[in-house]
This record gives sequence, structure tokens and C-alpha cells, in this order.
Amino acid sequence: MAQMAKTVVMIAPKPDQAPRVDQVGVDERVARFRSRSIKKASKVEALNLVLSQIDLTTLEGQDTPGKVRQLCQKAMRLHDSLPDIPHVAAVCVYPMMVAEAKKALGASGIKVASVATSFPSGMAPSEVKLEEIKLAVGLGADEIDMVISRGKFLEGKYQEVFDEIVACKEACGDAHLKVILETGELGTLDRVRYASLLAMQAGADFIKTSTGKIQPAATMPVTLVMLQAIRDYYYDTGRMVGMKPAGGISKAKLAIHYLVMLRETLGEAWMSPDWFRFGASSLANDVLMQLQKQQTGIYQSEDYFSKD
Amino acid sequence: MNKAAAPHTLNFDTGWAYSPAPESTDHVHIEDQYKLFIGGKFVAPKSGKYFDTINPANEKVLARVAQAGAADVDRAVTAARDAYDTDWSKMKPAERGKYIYRIARIIQERAREFAVIESMDGGKPIREARDVDIPLAAAHFFYYAGWADKLDYAFPCRTPQSLGVAGQIIPWNFPLLMAAWKIAPALACGNTVVLKPAETTPLTALKLAEVIEAADLPPGVVNILTGDGSTGAAIVNHEDVNKIAFTGSTNVGRIIQRALAGTDKRYTLELGGKAANIIFADAAIDQAVEGVVNAIFFNQGHVCCAGSRLLVQESVADEVIAKLKERMQTLIVGDPLDKNTDIGAINSAEQLERINAYLDLGLEEGAEMFQCGGKNPDKGYWCQPTLFTNVAQSHRIVREEIFGPVLAIQTFRTLDEAVAKANNTQYGLSGGIWTDKGAKIFSVGAKMRAGVIWANTFNKFDPTSPFGGYKESGVGREGGMHGLSAYLDLH
Repeated sequence: MAQMAKTVVMIAPKPDQAPRVDQVGVDERVARFRSRSIKKASKVEALNLVLSQIDLTTLEGQDTPGKVRQLCQKAMRLHDSLPDIPHVAAVCVYPMMVAEAKKALGASGIKVASVATSFPSGMAPSEVKLEEIKLAVGLGADEIDMVISRGKFLEGKYQEVFDEIVACKEACGDAHLKVILETGELGTLDRVRYASLLAMQAGADFIKTSTGKIQPAATMPVTLVMLQAIRDYYYDTGRMVGMKPAGGISKAKLAIHYLVMLRETLGEAWMSPDWFRFGASSLANDVLMQLQKQQTGIYQSEDYFSKD
Repeated sequence: MNKAAAPHTLNFDTGWAYSPAPESTDHVHIEDQYKLFIGGKFVAPKSGKYFDTINPANEKVLARVAQAGAADVDRAVTAARDAYDTDWSKMKPAERGKYIYRIARIIQERAREFAVIESMDGGKPIREARDVDIPLAAAHFFYYAGWADKLDYAFPCRTPQSLGVAGQIIPWNFPLLMAAWKIAPALACGNTVVLKPAETTPLTALKLAEVIEAADLPPGVVNILTGDGSTGAAIVNHEDVNKIAFTGSTNVGRIIQRALAGTDKRYTLELGGKAANIIFADAAIDQAVEGVVNAIFFNQGHVCCAGSRLLVQESVADEVIAKLKERMQTLIVGDPLDKNTDIGAINSAEQLERINAYLDLGLEEGAEMFQCGGKNPDKGYWCQPTLFTNVAQSHRIVREEIFGPVLAIQTFRTLDEAVAKANNTQYGLSGGIWTDKGAKIFSVGAKMRAGVIWANTFNKFDPTSPFGGYKESGVGREGGMHGLSAYLDLH
């Protein structure tokens, strides 16, 4: 009986089960979010929340254990001259660097996220992808950021994409699974909405816009469509799914507008690092600069903030 | 996909509230008292009377403005006639165009000041005054300035001739924008103007008088008279006025039309509305919900073309209503000058009373009312955004124009039923269609008897687009090339 129920769940949703999306309307809604003026106490509160939601990321071919250690140090101690600021949510690295990051972060409470599944292209056989996930989890990754097979998705082989996500989720074990849709390659918001549904039904804990290796990466319209997909999925199932826009969010002001969008679309329950993350490498310093400015009234040179 | 039964709701009562972000009023100068603008000068009213204009968000007096009596109207019409005879009708059309361009540019330069005053005097959110009212007002002047020397091309093989003196009476919901809708085409076509702003929102029209002074228009081409209904009546009944342009309630429109019967005065009337938004099951639901919110809550619902009725296909009705209710929780009601305010103050005590009477009536009629239960500020006139469900076509809240943030929701099964319900009204100003199917937009749009039909959007305005109503929503068109013909004799 349980086996049967599982079989039913394993069928991918069809594209027409996802609601239609109107690009013009989405853009207008985003413009409204961006017209919100966030000042004073609400700004400081938002900046602190942004810091706590950052997945501090380094995903370069040139990454070294030393660079990862530096990044982890930054993750734990963002800026010592600002007391009472939170640490970031996670450090996001390649599988090869997971062990180094895990060691450096110790008991700080900061998670180690590892990209996997032949990031960023996803152009590898399924078995290789699953092995990569198992390896990263075995090395101590708390979270896995996988990429969907965009080629198969665009060819219409939705069931295969779905099955692969299901298998990845299983391979994650206790690790959280973030599913990267790579929206910059999907072409339309209708496809973004459908891919979101597909990923959530296949078991994604988070859905994520982008690898950061493709332009456009995260945009507010794309993120809004994904947030609305999360909301409808929550209405239908009661299961909360997290959201991670990644790539292209490097300014505090833009990040705050993402929070405005989050607040007015999903409400209070999602306003935490458990349910919303920014995938970013340079955002933290701009937020720190803004926080410092709120305290002292003047902007400091970027040389006063560590670059790691 | 029916989501009504879902027990899972979202919580928007979040700990992260936006701090106040008030627009500064430092750069705004409002005089204690304003006179009438006649013949290019500010002159005291012969009536000797003044009245207060207040800020509906805090009930404080902003200024005292003159009450124009019949003698003042006569003086203004005479000034307009002189200006018409000696200057404006004789001027090269390209020169007229230059003056109108100048008005447009000065409005743009002083946009912030106009936006703040519009918000203070009328209660509308600064965001709307800043992003909609003032830019559109400037755009109307720009657009019609361009037509001034091209009228022969607008009406080929005809001989467009100006009419003379135009008497123009405008409402309180979009004070400066309505002044622009009226004045710009009139001037472009070579007419002179006597304009009366609404009693509760005279300030931006008086500021516009300053702009007209600064633009150095020949004296008397534009005259601005503040006053009440009696001033408007004096303009309508003045024998030397050639054309009346009125925007306002259907009741006053009826009175004007009656007064003009048997005269040779031309007229255009933009009156009330009770527009239906139709959401089909195949629509992009999230964007449709947003569209419905903007259609009814824009400018506190003080919009003649507001989407005050929602017709939603039954299979998505529960989802749409649930999402509307959640969206309403994120609407911010309060200080109109706060940049984050979505819904400002109701324009006047009188209008609030009228809206509240309809809320009572809706409950009395057995409809189900939904409000988010937000707290109103202590002073001023406020109405929380409101939905009525369980309503019928016979309910007065479905049939009558409320002119407030109140939406009546009905469901339908078939396309024909939707069209029949949408058209079953004394009005016909606007309508909205929400569907993903292009063909349906055209088939339904062709059947709807309303002057403006929006598809997958609502409340979009552009100077190039004609605007006007069927049935009791009015006579004539404003905007675009159609708007020119209302100010011309075409032989």
C-alpha cells in the first residue's frame, strides 16, 4: 500500500498543471516592491537579516584550501568593528573544498553547502551526479545545491528531470537539497513556474534561481514567480519550501527589495535563513558598509572591509 | 486546483514593519489665501467670499480659496473671450504649440511640488501623485502641444475651426490630471478656457495658474475660478461660453445636459462607472489578482473607471478570493505623504459618509463583507479596503457607483453569462478581461459595452488613447485624436 502511494507521487506534474504567468504583470508587481522606501530602524533590521541569510560563495576553478579558509573566517566574523551582527547562513563551495570548509567552520553553526551534479552545466550521466552528491555529503556537506538538466527540460523530457531530482534527494540523505533551475536558460516565466513546481514535487527543500555562471542570473521577476510557486505549493500541501536567488545581487539596496518581495509574498514565516538565502560573494561587504554608515553617518572606503 | 479548502494560510503580521518614510514638504509653498486667476492676474472675488480647503488626512486647513460668484464667472468669460478674439485664435498654430510645450516643461520641473500638494489637498498616496498624476498631466500637455499645428492632418479634407470659449469643470479625484485633460486639447485647438477645479481640491489648479503665468501665456487664455457647484452652474449657463467639458458624477452630468438642451453649446461629459473585471479560469491568476487590487484600490477607489465589480469564473473563484484577501493584508493604509502608503485618505467627510452608507447597505442586503481590520489614524477620513462576496446583480452595491475602495465579487460559469452581467449596468465606462487566450480577449472585448477595455491589465492611461463612456457614463471622448474633435468645428 505504501509502495503504491509512492508510485503515484513519482509521476511528474505536467506543464499545464502550473498556472500561467504574465510577464507584464510580474514586472509591474516588482516595480511596486522596488518603490518601497526602507529607512531607519527597518533598514538596519533588514540589513542584519540579509547578512544572516547569505550563502557566502566561492565557486572558481582557482579556489584553494587557503582561500576557502579565509572565506570561512569571514563567514564567522564578518566585521569585528560592528558588534552584534549575525554570521552568514552558509559557505558554498565545490565538493573538493567541503572538508576544508567543514574543518574551518567547526562548531560555528554555519552550514557547509556544496554544489554538486556536475555544476554548473549538469552535463554528466545521472550515476556520476549521484556519486558526487554522496561524496560531498560524506565529506560533511549540510546542504547540496544541484542543477537540473536544462537540456532535458527544454526537450520536454520532464519525467527524466523529475526522476533525477527525486534520486538526488534520496542521495542527499539528511542533507538539505537546493535545486537550481538555472532560470537564465529556461527562457520564459511560464517555464520557471513549471520547473519550480516540478522541483518541489520531486522533493526539493529549496529552489534556487541560478548557478551564477550564466547571465541573467537571479532577477526579481524570476524570484517573484518562484515565490508564488512556493506559496501555491504550500497552500496545496502545507509543506514549506525555501527560496534562494543567486548571482547578481551585490548591493544592499537590491537585497532589501528582495526582502520586501519576500515579506509581501510569503509573509513572516519565510523571513529567516531557514527559508530564504542569498547566493552571493560580494553582497556582504556592501551590507556591512551600509550598517557602518547607519552607525556613523558616513560611508567608509571599501578598503576598510575585508575582501576574501 | 481549487485552493479554498487549504487550511494553510500565510502570516503577514510580520515583526519587520517599514519605518515611516514621509516625503518632505519643506520645498512646498502654500499661500494662506488664494484669489481667482482671471485675465492673467490673481484678483479678489467680487463675491468677497472665501472657503477653506483642508487636508483630508488630518483635517487641518491648508489654505483659504476664493468663492467665484456669477459676476466673477462673467468677468472670467469676458477675459477668455477677449483673449480668444485678440490673441489666441489669431496666433500661428505653431506658436500656440510652443506655449503648451512650455506649460508641460514647467510642470515637469515642479513635479515634486505638484505631487506633494496633490497628496496633501486630496488625500492620495504620494506614490501615486508622483508616479501617475503629475507625469501624466505633463504628458497630456506634451502630447497636445504637438497637435497644435497639425490639426489639418488629424482631420484630412476637413477644415478644423476652434470653438471659442470653453467652460471646464473638473472633479476632485485627479485634480491636476483632469485640468490637463481639459486644458491641453482646448488650447491646442485654439480655444480659450475658464476652468473650475473641485471644491475640495483647488490647490494644484491654482498652482497651475502660477505655471501659466510663468509660461507667459497671453492674459485671459486660461482663467481659473475656484468655487462650489453654484460657480459651475454659472459657467454652464453663461451665454458666451461655446463649449462645456465636465467630468464628475452622473447626477450633475444630467443637470448639465438638461441646462444645455436647446442651446448651441457643445459639450462632453465624463461621468460615473461601475466597471467589471472578468477573470477567466485560464488567466494568469496571480497577475489577475494584482490587477484587481490596482483596479479598485488605486486612488482609494476614487476613480470613475475603477474596476468596482469582479466577475470571476467559478472554478477559480475560491482561489482568487483567498489570494485577494491575502494581498489586501499587505496594503498599507495611512499617511498619504508616506512613500510606502498604498491607500491614502478618503477625499472628504462627505464622501466617507457616502461610502460608509454603502458598506451598511451591503450588509443590510445580506452580502458578506471582508476587511483586514487595520487601524485607522485618529484624525482624517479613512476607509479600509473592502470586499463584498455573496452579492447578486440586484444588489445596490453591485449597481451603484460607490467611488471608494469597495469591491463587489460575483461568479459566473459561461462566457456569455460573464458578458451579460458585465453589461447589465446603467454605466459603460471601462472593463477588464483576464485570460491567457488572445482570441477570447477579442471576442469578449467586442461584446462588452464600455468605452475602454483593458486586457490583462487595468487603469492604464496614455494621452494618445481616447477615453469615454457608453450609456450614463458620458458623452464624447477625451484623449488622443478623438479628444481634439471635441474642441473643434469640423466642416
